[in-house]
Amino acid sequence: MAEEIKKATRDSYGEALRDLAEKYPDLVVLDADLAAATKTGTFKKAHPERFFDCGIAEANMMGVAAGLAACGKIPFASTFAMFAAGRAYEIVRNSIGYPHLNVKIGATHAGISVGEDGATHQCNEDIALMRTIPGMTIINPADDVEAKAAVEAAIQMDGPVYLRFGRLAAPVFNDVANYKFELGKGITIREGSDLTIVATGLMVSESIKAAELLSAEGINVRVLNIHTIKPLDTKLICRAAKETGLLVTVEEHSIIGGLGSAVTEAVCDCCPVPVVRIGVNDEYGHSGPAVELLKEFGLCAEAIAEKVKKALELKK
Amino acid sequence: MDLVTKKALQKSACKIRMGVIEGTYNAKSGHPGGSLSISDLMAYLYFAKLHIDPNSPDMEDRDRLVLSKGHCAPALYSALSLRGFFSLDELKSLRHIGSMLQGHPCINIPGVDMSSGSLGQGISAACGMALAGKLDDADYKVYAVLGDGEIEEGQVWEAAMFASHYKLDNLVAIVDYNGLQIDGTLSEVCSPEPIPEKFEAFGWHVITMDAHDFDSIENAFNEAESVVGMPVAIIQKSVKGKGVSFMENQVGWHGKAPNKDQYEQAMAELQAQLKELED
Repeated sequence: MAEEIKKATRDSYGEALRDLAEKYPDLVVLDADLAAATKTGTFKKAHPERFFDCGIAEANMMGVAAGLAACGKIPFASTFAMFAAGRAYEIVRNSIGYPHLNVKIGATHAGISVGEDGATHQCNEDIALMRTIPGMTIINPADDVEAKAAVEAAIQMDGPVYLRFGRLAAPVFNDVANYKFELGKGITIREGSDLTIVATGLMVSESIKAAELLSAEGINVRVLNIHTIKPLDTKLICRAAKETGLLVTVEEHSIIGGLGSAVTEAVCDCCPVPVVRIGVNDEYGHSGPAVELLKEFGLCAEAIAEKVKKALELKK
Repeated sequence: MDLVTKKALQKSACKIRMGVIEGTYNAKSGHPGGSLSISDLMAYLYFAKLHIDPNSPDMEDRDRLVLSKGHCAPALYSALSLRGFFSLDELKSLRHIGSMLQGHPCINIPGVDMSSGSLGQGISAACGMALAGKLDDADYKVYAVLGDGEIEEGQVWEAAMFASHYKLDNLVAIVDYNGLQIDGTLSEVCSPEPIPEKFEAFGWHVITMDAHDFDSIENAFNEAESVVGMPVAIIQKSVKGKGVSFMENQVGWHGKAPNKDQYEQAMAELQAQLKELED
C-alpha cells in the first residue's frame, strides 16, 4: 500500500470555506472563540470582513446565524460539536430548524477522537440530537475530499445543514478520479456478499481496512460510505440488507441515535435483517491520545473485523 | 405628536387590543396580559414607524420586527391584520388546528419576520438581521420586542454583548417592563433589575418611555434614530393587561383566556374607549 496521506476534516472545512468565498458572495462565517481549532481561522485570514467572532456564546451565535439567513446570507456557524449540537440544541431547533433557515452548522471535534480534552469535549451524541430536528440535513464526511465536497453541497442546497468534522488527521482515500459527492446518496466503496459494513465519517477508512483483513480470511464484505446521515440513502441500505442479509454499522458516535439507529430504523421498514451496531457504547469517553482511545473503544480496523466475524454467526 | 395622529394611533391601539381579546377568547388560551401591554407599541410601530408594505411582505429593504416575547403573538397578529397583511377574520382562528396563526409567531405568516417564542432567542436573530443590514449597507432597521421576564434568559446578554461589539446602531430592542411574569412580580421570581443599568453596562444607549403615551413613545423612537455607533434599548414602562380593567396589573392574566362573561366585559370596555376616541 502506498504511503497514506492524512488530513483532519476540520482543516478541509477551513480551506473549503476560504476557497469558496469568492464563488459564493453571501457566504459568511461565525465562530465562538474557537477559530484556531475549528479552522474557520483559515477563512478569517483570507476574508476578515466576512468573519464574525461571537465570543464564547454559542446560543447567541446560532440565533445570529438564523437572522443572517433570514436576510439572505449563507452563514456557517462553527464551534465544537459538543456546543453546536449539545449546548445550542434548542436554539438550533427553534431558531434554525423550525423556520427552516439556510444556516450551515460546521461542527468540529466530534467524537472521542478529540482525545486528551476528555469526556466534556467528546461529543458522541450530536448526530442523535440533530436527527430529531425535522428538515435538518446531516453530513459526516469521511476524508478531506469528501469534506470539501460536502461544504459546497451544503452551500448549494437551501435549508439547515449540520456538518460534522473531526480533529484527528484521517486517511485520504476519496482522491480518485470517479469520486462524486451526491447529497443523500451513499457510496459503495467495495462490493461484497457475505455482509455489509455501513460506515460513516472517520470510521469509513477503518472499515475499508477491516474489510481487507476479512477478505484475507475469505470473508467477502461490502462497504458503504454513508456520508449523509439525513436524509438517509435507504434504497442503498435496504438493497444491501436484501443482498447480504446482515449489516454492521460503524460510527464514531454513540450506538444510541446515530447511524446505527438510523440504519436499523430503515431496515425495519424494508427488509428486517440483523444489524450489529459498532460505536461508542452508552458511556462517556475519557482523556488520552486519540488513536489509542479509538483502539480502546473498538473503533479500529482490527476490532471491527473481530466484531464482524462474531456478527456473521447471526446469519447461521 | 399632533393630535390627529395621536388619536388615530390610540384608535389603532384600541383595535389591536380588541383583536387580542377576540383571538384569545376564541382560542380559549393564549397570553392577553403581555399582549395588551405592548398594544400601543405595536400601533406605533405598524401604523407610524415601520417601513413595510402589506402587499409586499418580503420586500427586501423593509424594517424587520422580531417579537422575541413571542407569546404576545395576539398583539402582533392583531396589528398585522389591521395593517392589511391578512384578513381580520383570521384572528378568530388563532391557535386552532389548520390555522395560519400559530400560538407563537411563525415565519410563514405574512408580515412575520422570524419564528419566535422560546424566550431569549429572538434578540439573537434580530442581531443577525442587523448585521446583515450592515453587510449589505442597507437602510432598514431591526426592532426586537422583549419581555422583562424574558431578559432573565442568559442568551439575551450574549446577544447584548454581540450587538454592542459590532456597533449595531440599526438595532432597537424594546423591553416591555410591566413588572410581572408567570410566577409573580420580577422581584418575587428572580429579578433582572435594574434593567436600564444592565443594558448600559453592556454598551447600549438606553431610553425609557411610558408605553401608553404616544408622545413619550415618539420621543423615544426619535431619540433612537439619532444614536450612532451603538444599539438602542428602549425600556417601556407598561401596565400588564392595559386597557381591560380587570386584567390590569394582574399576574393571573399572563396566560389565561377570558371566559364568555369576561370576553363581553372586556370588549364592552374597549368599545367604549374606541367610541370616546371617535367622538
